[in-house]
Amino acid sequence: MMKEPEVTFELAQEHGIIKEEWEKILKILGRTPTFTELGVFSVMWSEHCSYKNSIAQLKTLPRSGGRLLVDAGEENAGLIDIGDDLAVAFKIESHNHPSAVEPYQGAATGVGGIMRDIFTMGARPIASLNSLRFGSLKDARTRFLFDGVVRGIGDYGNSFGVPTVAGEVYFDESYQGNPLVNAMAVGIVNKKHIASATSKGAGNPIMIVGSSTGRDGIHGATFASEEISEKSEAKRPSVQVGDPFTEKLLLEATLEIIKNDWLIGIQDMGAAGISCSTSEMSEKGNAGMKINLDKVPLREDGMSAYEILLSESQERMLCCVKKGYESNVKEVFEKWDLHCEIIGEVTDEEILDIDYQNKLKAKIQPFDLVLGGGAPVYIREQKEPEYLKETRKFDSKALTEPKDLKETFLKVFSSPNIVSKQWVYHQYDSMVRTNTIVGPGCDSAVILIKGTNKALAMKTDCNSRYVYLNPKEGTKIAVAESARNIVCSGGVPLGVTNCLNFGNPYKPEVYWQFAQAIAGMGEACRHFDTPVTGGNVSFYNESPETAVYPTPVIGMVGLVEDLKHITTSYFKDEGDVIYLLGEDKEEVGGSEYAKVIHNKVAGESPTINLDEEKKLQDTLLNLIRKGLIKSAHDISEGGIVSALAECCIINQEKQLGCEVEIPIKSRKDFSLFSESQSRIIISISKDKILELESELKLSNVKFTKLGVVSGSSLKLKNLFDVNVNELSDIYYNTIPRIMSSEK
Amino acid sequence: MSLKFGVVVFPGSNCDHDAYYALRKILNYDVEFLWHKENDLKQSNVILLPGGFSYGDYLRTGAIARFSPIMNSVINFANKGGIVIGICNGFQILLEAGLLPGVMIRNNSLKFVCKDVYLSVENRDTIFTSEISSDKKVVKIPIAHGEGNYFANPELLKELEENQQIIFRYSDAEGNVTENDNPNGSQLNIAGIVNKNGNVLGMMPHPERACDPTLGKTDGTLIFKSIANYILN
Repeated sequence: MMKEPEVTFELAQEHGIIKEEWEKILKILGRTPTFTELGVFSVMWSEHCSYKNSIAQLKTLPRSGGRLLVDAGEENAGLIDIGDDLAVAFKIESHNHPSAVEPYQGAATGVGGIMRDIFTMGARPIASLNSLRFGSLKDARTRFLFDGVVRGIGDYGNSFGVPTVAGEVYFDESYQGNPLVNAMAVGIVNKKHIASATSKGAGNPIMIVGSSTGRDGIHGATFASEEISEKSEAKRPSVQVGDPFTEKLLLEATLEIIKNDWLIGIQDMGAAGISCSTSEMSEKGNAGMKINLDKVPLREDGMSAYEILLSESQERMLCCVKKGYESNVKEVFEKWDLHCEIIGEVTDEEILDIDYQNKLKAKIQPFDLVLGGGAPVYIREQKEPEYLKETRKFDSKALTEPKDLKETFLKVFSSPNIVSKQWVYHQYDSMVRTNTIVGPGCDSAVILIKGTNKALAMKTDCNSRYVYLNPKEGTKIAVAESARNIVCSGGVPLGVTNCLNFGNPYKPEVYWQFAQAIAGMGEACRHFDTPVTGGNVSFYNESPETAVYPTPVIGMVGLVEDLKHITTSYFKDEGDVIYLLGEDKEEVGGSEYAKVIHNKVAGESPTINLDEEKKLQDTLLNLIRKGLIKSAHDISEGGIVSALAECCIINQEKQLGCEVEIPIKSRKDFSLFSESQSRIIISISKDKILELESELKLSNVKFTKLGVVSGSSLKLKNLFDVNVNELSDIYYNTIPRIMSSEK
Repeated sequence: MSLKFGVVVFPGSNCDHDAYYALRKILNYDVEFLWHKENDLKQSNVILLPGGFSYGDYLRTGAIARFSPIMNSVINFANKGGIVIGICNGFQILLEAGLLPGVMIRNNSLKFVCKDVYLSVENRDTIFTSEISSDKKVVKIPIAHGEGNYFANPELLKELEENQQIIFRYSDAEGNVTENDNPNGSQLNIAGIVNKNGNVLGMMPHPERACDPTLGKTDGTLIFKSIANYILN
């Protein structure tokens, strides 16, 4: 075994610890830390575990109330009451840095980690979602990353047996060197069987269960807390390796022991491994632990205490078991062929006492290590970014109006950001567990809650170009659009989980973006009564070339209170009447049109009036409940024509045309491609026209009758026609063509 | 005679609960789980090997599962004429166990594929298909697999055809068996076959996923109803 190096400030610096943190550690311990302790402090105080640069802002978000059962940050994932003695647990997390160097394993372990966060609460995962961002698809490296990430997500989720049901994929040069891979999981738990991430009661045994511990992923949390550089390739060993089969066994065993009420608490081991789980569980229970690392099942010889404590080997859990039930717990894990070893016990004194090979290796108060305790909290300097002066100066009126609108539309509609992501989601098992009522491809996924007449609607959303042009407004839009997607599917928005992907927080301009985004998110979440149940912050998303667009991804879950309310986005029958709810404000700043046709990401982002948005959503939900609506689809990237085209072709078994007249304001291109918010396309049966219009007038929502579902073309009166076969070919074959033409 | 399904649970099975739910809650049949480490079939008269990734499928799909203790009982049961249906990973296990002929290789796209497909019903005169009426050109049932590319040598393919052992073939909505509708490169678009005796069916598509009307597809029930009818009448 290697000799432990002498602990000095220089060594601490190499661990990412800054001067003031080093001094804080000396003060806390009253001595120089041991090498092992230095490792533990460095991971626990890393950005990834401590949220040191974000927590002050996050605390301004609405994090409690409503149907929320636990406040944000209290447990491994958020928990919301959905009636029938059930609660829904959900959370989103990033795996950006690992995926940038090792896309397949990076993405796979991202899925594995977020699943464990869900079932460690006693909830059975029922759905997986994701939000992915890459550079331009024209680039070979992007195609390599895209292919690897999708296979990684697919192979893990498919084998684990949880359907991947919704998500989003965007391509933009800003993500060239630093792709974003955010994975979200949703689970259901009977309120009687909710588990907590705590440990208490002196003498209760601490057990490590699941996989053995190896050297994989050491300092993964630290790696996630720095910018990607040429040196990042050398950090490939910081990427963990996933084993979905073991995780599936771990899931079944874990749910079985939780149901039997043999546990005080349980926490999964993700970032910072045993260090994090022992300290966080102890801190939550106001207790201590005496741990003997000799008992930890290892998969490699000669591992040091430092390595064992920092290993991020996947598919492991730490359990605090009620004394007397050790053999019951062991029996279950043996049935599933998994390790289960007692590695220590709870102590009264609030001290983490870690021994290895008959030596005391670490002695730290758990409080000093964790978020909300001794971990540092910083409020960073903010400065409005320079680039905004440039982008704001740009007036969209300067864009030249294209002569051929049909050709322009086909170009916009062919953008990889707009076309179907079927190439992606056909690689995901979207149906296992037989709850998928509406799978990928619609406004949001709808998942049956077995044994009830209810369902959950869920979606991830963020248009980062808007956020780049106006962080506050753009983030409000991300929340509003998620809610709109849930409502279009017939659900009531319940709550939000967020994945905040930003650059380096020590740069004042990045921190300004972050603070603005949080302000916008808080305002919007209060408006829709959707508290933020938890989530994840990922800073340092920068590569030598660029910083990524600020990307606060919103994951939202809603409740469909009656299966009759489930609504899909596509047109249903010939002769149905098409309406636009809401109105256009000719906003092309940050639009797909401006980017694809004019190569411009400038001007003002679309704006949003949250009162109008809420009124629109409440009205639509009311109309859905009254049984008036046959389809509802939100207008987003690409504008109204792209949305209409999608309504025609999303149902591949029954594609329909339509004849519509699009209201033109000052410029045709603006009216066709504007991405103004708070707009929804609905279709209704002809005999409901009077009822619908009187309801809409009553609720004071602006509406326009656009036309009818008819024929086999998208016919825009006085403008152009496109055959649905042509639309369908573009929509479904663009990405497969790009991906098969590679090499 | 009474009807009882036994659903085998291997470590890594993940469609076991879906099969149980479809049989018990949707179709109201008697069902019991059978743990892979045991060898008691618990008086089941239909054995179902469910989909999933038994033992992670790390070596080769189904290659390890066939060594589970329960498989000895399943093989004896099948050899005595007992009814066995293997779905997806279950089909792969039946091939590995030698209860069905041929092998499964990776999809020709080299990608996992999950979607609804149409199956042309090639033989309605079997234990598993008698309830599919002849005016119904196809059944619509989803697939979800990475290794569903059925491969056999020309002699075996000829034999399968001559004995009418090919039960389902991938087709379009009208029942035309075309290259375009083959999702994985299977020879002759094969999606499901029976053994010579006709008591063992292996199929890649998932009938248990097409049972609950809430999810919008019910053609899978026809296969289970066919089995039930055969046993009960």
